[in-house]
Amino acid sequence: MPNMSPKKNPMPSQDPKVRAHNFDEVAIGYTEEAALDEAMRCLSCKNMPCVAGCPVNIHIPEFIAKIKERDFEGAYKIISETSSLPAVCGRVCPQETQCESKCARGIKGEPVGIGRLERFVADWHNAHSDAPPEPVKSNGHRVAVIGSGPSGLTCAGDLARKGYQVTVFEALHTAGGVLVYGIPEFRLPKAIVQQEVDNLKCLGVDVETNIVIGKTLTIDELFDMGYEAVFIGTGAGLPNFMGIPGESLKGVYSANEFLTRSNLMKAYLDDPVTPIMKGGRVAVVGGGNVAMDAARTALRLGAEKVYIVYRRSLEELPARREEVEHAMEEGVDFRLLNNPIEILGYSNPDDRRDPRNGFVAGMKCIKMELGEPDEKGRCRPIPIEGSEFVLELDTVVIAIGTSPNPLIKNTTAGLNVNQRGGIIVEDATGKTSRDAVFAGGDAVTGAATVISAMGAGKHAAKAIDEYLSGK
Amino acid sequence: MYKIITKKRLNPTVTMMKIEAPFVAKKAEPGEFIILRVDKNGERIPLTVAGYDREAGTVTIIFQTVGATTRLLSMKNEGDFIQDFVGPLGTPTKLDGLKDVCIVGGGVGCAIALPIARRLHENGCRVTSIIGFRSKDLVILEDEFSTCSDKLIVMTDDGSYGRHGNVCVPLNEMFSNGERFDEIITIGPLVMMKFVVETAKPTGIPCTVSMNPIMIDGTGMCGGCRLTLYRDGKRITKFACVDGPDFNGYEIDFDEAMSRSTMYREFELRAHEKSCNLFKEVK
Repeated sequence: MPNMSPKKNPMPSQDPKVRAHNFDEVAIGYTEEAALDEAMRCLSCKNMPCVAGCPVNIHIPEFIAKIKERDFEGAYKIISETSSLPAVCGRVCPQETQCESKCARGIKGEPVGIGRLERFVADWHNAHSDAPPEPVKSNGHRVAVIGSGPSGLTCAGDLARKGYQVTVFEALHTAGGVLVYGIPEFRLPKAIVQQEVDNLKCLGVDVETNIVIGKTLTIDELFDMGYEAVFIGTGAGLPNFMGIPGESLKGVYSANEFLTRSNLMKAYLDDPVTPIMKGGRVAVVGGGNVAMDAARTALRLGAEKVYIVYRRSLEELPARREEVEHAMEEGVDFRLLNNPIEILGYSNPDDRRDPRNGFVAGMKCIKMELGEPDEKGRCRPIPIEGSEFVLELDTVVIAIGTSPNPLIKNTTAGLNVNQRGGIIVEDATGKTSRDAVFAGGDAVTGAATVISAMGAGKHAAKAIDEYLSGK
Repeated sequence: MYKIITKKRLNPTVTMMKIEAPFVAKKAEPGEFIILRVDKNGERIPLTVAGYDREAGTVTIIFQTVGATTRLLSMKNEGDFIQDFVGPLGTPTKLDGLKDVCIVGGGVGCAIALPIARRLHENGCRVTSIIGFRSKDLVILEDEFSTCSDKLIVMTDDGSYGRHGNVCVPLNEMFSNGERFDEIITIGPLVMMKFVVETAKPTGIPCTVSMNPIMIDGTGMCGGCRLTLYRDGKRITKFACVDGPDFNGYEIDFDEAMSRSTMYREFELRAHEKSCNLFKEVK
């Protein structure tokens, strides 16, 4: 008999007051009992609407059926058929707008907690199974994957499972891309990313760090070296700034820099080697998931006050609902319908050597109201004249998106990019304007989600397989 | 891991190392930089390439011990390994077509100026080098510069060696004598570059500066190395890691760059003291 409770089994989480001061994972994960109980809520619909909602089409009712049988390893095998990074996706996918939004149980009540179950299965596997993945017979073809973020790792994993010899080239010193430098430890523990990377290595994927494609090697050189196809998954690039006065004051960060210092360089530790501004009053400008990550990181670094400053209303806030709720519970102060117009610096006219000179002192904002919807259907924010005010601050983090990185475009003849600098690809395959070169993820779309990047990596892997097996 | 092939102290605080890094050695050009981490939990620091040997697969770095990371690096010896070494990054200095160039180097910046002087000399360009140091015991690379310069002027702030004064003194003299160059390339402390640019300005000679701001990834991801340039009456933001490190000196907002370079001064002072104490304990 299915469990007809209208509500999901709640996700056990650290108390907001406690977790706002530590970097341990916020969500603790289902117990076996909770997972079984939640699995029983699945009706095993014949037409499987949830599968269509998943960018990588995980066979959701099948893996949930295995959970019902307590065959957790079997459930893991089913997820792994289509997903290279289950422990990651179970944590960071926006399931509420994907698989779970299509769930029949969601019509009258809450959908099945598919994401929570996926995470449970992946964690169970990582804790209990030490059997390495079965080696695959090599087909002798070599493929280069540029970037070890979600799209690159997925593409590499899928190709390796088909017998390709894959090398992943990573510019930084650690593999994982945004999973390592961007998403904080409390949302995605780095040990989990490392385990997923290790799983790929067991499959025979070679990971080369400290190689910047476009500088150390070019795409043409990769072909000269014997790679027969190349996947570009280099992610989002240069951070955008607002273009308002004061953005170069000391204490103003891009979200990329702030998060990289904390996550990749471990500046959150007590005695860090890489510095970061900790404590004080912090404003994060922007309303996406990256803004939420930055705000919650600032709290954990000891800030006495953290604001989110966003020019539209809660309705338009692009971050996942869950992340917004978590941030609110932890005490982040949302200043909605507020737009920054100037960052103000400290300056002591009597003492040029005052150490506070040149640091952030505040941010001048203006209140906004919503006007008519724009071409995307989002209401256009309009400044309210005379409503300027100043927030007193020590640190400002700007989280308003990124623009594509020019390194590969500038060194690869015949690779077409759009006006924004994003690589132009054929949607279903990731084929670029260059023969045997494929691309996907943020390098194509601009900042998006981990799972959409994985979906792109998956489609490209399929297209690369078809391309090389047809040769 | 990247092996230290040779190590040489150039003066009490400046060290030269040749690092085995064949991929970087194959591509490096004057003006580009690398990023390294000394050990597993280390900080990423950018250093401009001071030389390379494509055949031997080595890259030369010259660095001054200024903080905890450079101190740690200076303690490593020949045969030791450093954790990470990535590059070449940035864009090479544009040297094509130059026939008569004045190189102005200051302190450890001379190490970065040297490969540029060498390349220009190889290209048959007339090279005038002015290299400045605080005092005699800090003078580095004089012999190396003399082999690739048509004219070499060594300056010390205290007059203990070469000529007395800063690098702008001979530059001013040359300008007063009507000497002109195709280009001035200056590399050194921010304040020195600022004054070189101001000195050169009335002549209108193009003046390239090599910026070395705080960086993390070095590939155009974090934006920490941003600089403000004035171009056509507008303020624009550029990233030293992908747009530089060379820039038109007349466009740079030096005061802002100097202010930004001190963002972590307190942190660095503490880290420096701590690492000094650590070494004392070991001794």
